Amino acid sequence: MNLLEIENLSISFGGVKAVDDVSFVVEEGSVYAIIGPNGAGKSTIFNLLSRFYEPLSGQLNFAGNDLLELRAKDIARLGIARTFQNLELFEHASVLQNLLVGRHVHNSQSWWRQVLFTSSVIEAELEHRRKVEEVIDFLELAHYRNQMISGLPYGVRKKIELARALCIEPKLLLLDEPSSGLNPEETEEMGFWIEDIRRDLNMTVVLIEHDMSLVAEVSDRVLAIVDGKVVTEGDHTFVQSHPEVVSAYLGDVQ
Amino acid sequence: MRILFKTNYKQDLNLAKHGGHRFWYGLLILVLFAAPLILGGYYIGEATRILIYAMAGLGLMVLTGFTGQVSLGHAAFLAIGAYTNAWFLAQGFSSFVALPMAALLSMIGGLLVAIPAARMSGIYLAIATLAFAIIVEDFAGHLNSITGGNRGMMVDVPTLFGYQIWESWELYLFVLSILVVATLAVLNILRSPLGRAMIAVRDSEVSSQALGVNPMKIKVFAFTVSAAITGLAGAFLAHYMSFLTPQIFGILLSIQLLLMIVLGGLGTVHGVFFGAVLIGVLETGISIAKDTLPSSIGGLPGIEPFVFGVILISVIVFEPTGIYGRWIKIRSYMEFFPIYRRKSFKRQRTYLKTERLR
Repeated sequence: MNLLEIENLSISFGGVKAVDDVSFVVEEGSVYAIIGPNGAGKSTIFNLLSRFYEPLSGQLNFAGNDLLELRAKDIARLGIARTFQNLELFEHASVLQNLLVGRHVHNSQSWWRQVLFTSSVIEAELEHRRKVEEVIDFLELAHYRNQMISGLPYGVRKKIELARALCIEPKLLLLDEPSSGLNPEETEEMGFWIEDIRRDLNMTVVLIEHDMSLVAEVSDRVLAIVDGKVVTEGDHTFVQSHPEVVSAYLGDVQ
Repeated sequence: MRILFKTNYKQDLNLAKHGGHRFWYGLLILVLFAAPLILGGYYIGEATRILIYAMAGLGLMVLTGFTGQVSLGHAAFLAIGAYTNAWFLAQGFSSFVALPMAALLSMIGGLLVAIPAARMSGIYLAIATLAFAIIVEDFAGHLNSITGGNRGMMVDVPTLFGYQIWESWELYLFVLSILVVATLAVLNILRSPLGRAMIAVRDSEVSSQALGVNPMKIKVFAFTVSAAITGLAGAFLAHYMSFLTPQIFGILLSIQLLLMIVLGGLGTVHGVFFGAVLIGVLETGISIAKDTLPSSIGGLPGIEPFVFGVILISVIVFEPTGIYGRWIKIRSYMEFFPIYRRKSFKRQRTYLKTERLR
């Protein structure tokens, strides 16, 4: 079954067609990778899915919902979580607080109950905490639980952003360059986690990635885009050997 | 050095995390409530002023420190609270009506500002709130029938259950009790999902949206709560002043409030109180110094803004985290005594640059 269906998606910034007539479908329970050189429009697709940008034309369907009818703040509630290429953590809050914000979509307490901190709020908070602790165990973040983000190294922050997205308990996880800025060991670890997320947490994953070994390791299907246009789609060996992909990355043979 | 042994997630929800907290904060509240037994009338009056500043600062901290929305116009909410309170008392209502009305009208004012202001950020927001403050000040000057215009208006003493609060120590205790309640309410907000959403909006609006937080709603909420608390502070300021003129609520008061929370430490509840004490004590100190210094120095105009300016610049340069930040450093120095390293508080590289206040 298709979880995510994107049809004829286009957006332009000024004269630049950042995403040009892109269509693809992501099957439920699969790992789908998007590759392409810098400026190809990969992150723009994510930002369109998050509804940060308004597309020029096209259809975005997620599990029977038309995303174009929703606003950015409603996307998480549907079960779509994402990470950011340049990390968008809450710097002046602790790791625990960051992860608890991930539980925001599951909060149903009215504001006056929260001001009075009634027993129902306490119950809900404890439940959120238990869920967050599960994610902390899963990603082995216990050591950092009470530290401020602003004092943590980049690799750990990357993991925390993934953890925060998992706290939403999403159906679809959008990872924007999960391995950028990580060393080879951390990248390998990230690969294992993506597999675990798909297998143990039953989430569908779409990732943008430059590291071809990671793409080869985790992805079921690969989409290559260059200058906003789809070049090819298929499994990773097929896409990687496609002449247009090769020329986009390495340049033409003289 | 204290090592907390946690056995339950509930421990992290408690306001007082351990026996030390319970003891020291309990002692502080006890001393504050017992202060009228020790201090004379003049100092109780000064202490009342500090408490009123703290209440107004608490309101501003919710908005600026925790939600990241700069307001250069909080004097407007003080004015709305002050005049509402005074008007209702003048009509013969008791403080039971006048105080909630002061908070409510301020809240409505906050809501009116928030609806356009939630779409703005940074310098534009500062200008918009500044404009709002000027409009309110002007209104207070022209609404002769309600505010007495520029001639000013007398404020009746607060009444509770038909009892009139004349003594300064009675007003002090009244302000203190309301301040304790307001502080608890803010602390509750901060440890619940709303408070986390506020911090999320402050630190990264984009990712807060991606996590399902509605930044508009959170900002409007912060504006409303902030205005309500500041309005209450305004109501008490009216009693402290006992005579209201629109000039009290000028731009300088707004700036002073902002100064206070920055000096105390942005984004902390402790910072509000440190800042209020510092500003309050400084004001008293300067006015005493003016009287004792030779008139060639003491009589110079603009000493107060000068001293505040110097302090603000030195805090920004030497301790951007404010007095509370410095206090945390001193405390950890003592806790870890022989092994404390200055580097443990060294600022890490930030990996992203988005528009934010802290």
